[in-house]
Amino acid sequence: MRDVAIIGVGMTKFGELWEQSIRDMFAEAALKAMKNAGVSKLDSLYVGSMSSGLYVGQEHLASVMADYIGQIGVPAARVESACASGGLAVKSAFIEVASGMSDIVLAGGVEKMWDADDGTAILATASDQEFEAYNGVTFPGLYAMMARAYMDRYGLTREELASAPVQNHLHAINNPNAQYPMKLTIEGVLKSAPVADPLRLMDCSPITDGAACVILCPLDMAKQFTDKYIKIKGVGAATGPIALHDHKDLTRLDAVHLAAQRAYKMAGVNPADISFVEVHDCFSIAQIIVAEELGFFEYGKAGKAIANGETTYGGKVVINTSGGLKAKGHPVGATGVAQVIEAYEQLTGQAGKRQVANARLGMTQNMGGSGGSSIVHILEAV
Amino acid sequence: MANSPRYTREIPQRFRLEAQKFECGYVSLPRRYICPISGSCESEKIKLSGFGKILSFTIINIASDAFKYETPYAVGIIETDEGARLTAYIADCKFEDLKIGARVELVFRKLGEEGASGIINYGYKAVLV
Repeated sequence: MRDVAIIGVGMTKFGELWEQSIRDMFAEAALKAMKNAGVSKLDSLYVGSMSSGLYVGQEHLASVMADYIGQIGVPAARVESACASGGLAVKSAFIEVASGMSDIVLAGGVEKMWDADDGTAILATASDQEFEAYNGVTFPGLYAMMARAYMDRYGLTREELASAPVQNHLHAINNPNAQYPMKLTIEGVLKSAPVADPLRLMDCSPITDGAACVILCPLDMAKQFTDKYIKIKGVGAATGPIALHDHKDLTRLDAVHLAAQRAYKMAGVNPADISFVEVHDCFSIAQIIVAEELGFFEYGKAGKAIANGETTYGGKVVINTSGGLKAKGHPVGATGVAQVIEAYEQLTGQAGKRQVANARLGMTQNMGGSGGSSIVHILEAV
Repeated sequence: MANSPRYTREIPQRFRLEAQKFECGYVSLPRRYICPISGSCESEKIKLSGFGKILSFTIINIASDAFKYETPYAVGIIETDEGARLTAYIADCKFEDLKIGARVELVFRKLGEEGASGIINYGYKAVLV
């Protein structure tokens, strides 16, 4: 396998982008990334989207995007792994470059969520449609049941659970692309509207429009294009049970653990080597369980660690410098790519006020459904 | 997001609680060709007693359109006495009576309908016992 670099990134602002269609958003992000990387022609294209068919009635998305980014003729594929579709696009592009099949590959993700009528039903298709959603459980409801099981098992308090979104919002204040770059308090979480007990609105990532793209090429070609590039050092992916009720332990996300172990092994590093991590905090409880599955904390300990400030600047590992899904926004298919963009900006010293000092190794963790899939990347400064 | 053929083929599971017990002991309510734990393909059909306990639960306040007139309502993850795991609507309960470990029985109920002129969907819901 060849070593692979990321040589350019581009994204839209995340939020309610009423003036832009799904193709507008993708084109903006893709053209920014190509300009940023200094490339004008792609050898291949991957588009991650969870559900463009249900959200905006458009399938065959990879060809739509190839056309609208001025690359007709390029081989292109849309990839889907629910909320981990963006991470899967990056992984797919990595494999294509590493294999020697292609040199310049764009990996992008996009979701147009605000155009849809029944977004709750669309998101529930990432769960087991026949045996979960059919019985009335929503996506927040699944994570709420994880949260209740976790609180019952480990004694995590409602206030400690709230500390995850509070920290994410604090970090997002310095992110110009964030949907909600404003301060949130513990009280603000506890007083927000109930969604699925014990989770409230401020425990939940928002509905977001947005697109994000990165350009990959062989590491030994990167210097031809730019002096700002990073290396993809480890990639890990795994599946888990599609239904939450089939998880042996409702407080665990086995797919995250497996994906992380694979990425650590490929990179030859340990959790202690990682300076910062973008985690898939679709709900507050997810941030806590994922931090444990990635090996940063013992099981049952991450909630209290976040509440104690161990996961912000100066802590053991900085979680979600971008603001995470909660505050930056969560355009489902774009999220996994946007996480990699945050890592790129950190590792090339372009993160501004969000910069983690001396960051050499970063990690991104993208998740599908209630743990039905997860994709982890380990990225290194060069 | 349902339709009639899709609904009809799940009737043995949803109406009669027909599950599969694999030779390794794993019990699955959805039909499976292979046990997800042991890899065994040998199974027998069993009928669940309908009794079990709550492993976790939540109160849904924001629902999909199909359930929006029922909020707030409870759903839970149930482990049946035979060891099958499933997700069910918890009907006829006072929310303060719900707790992890509480005993439930699965009963036959209406679950929804497919629009004004579509079929009515039935299946199991849990009630506290």
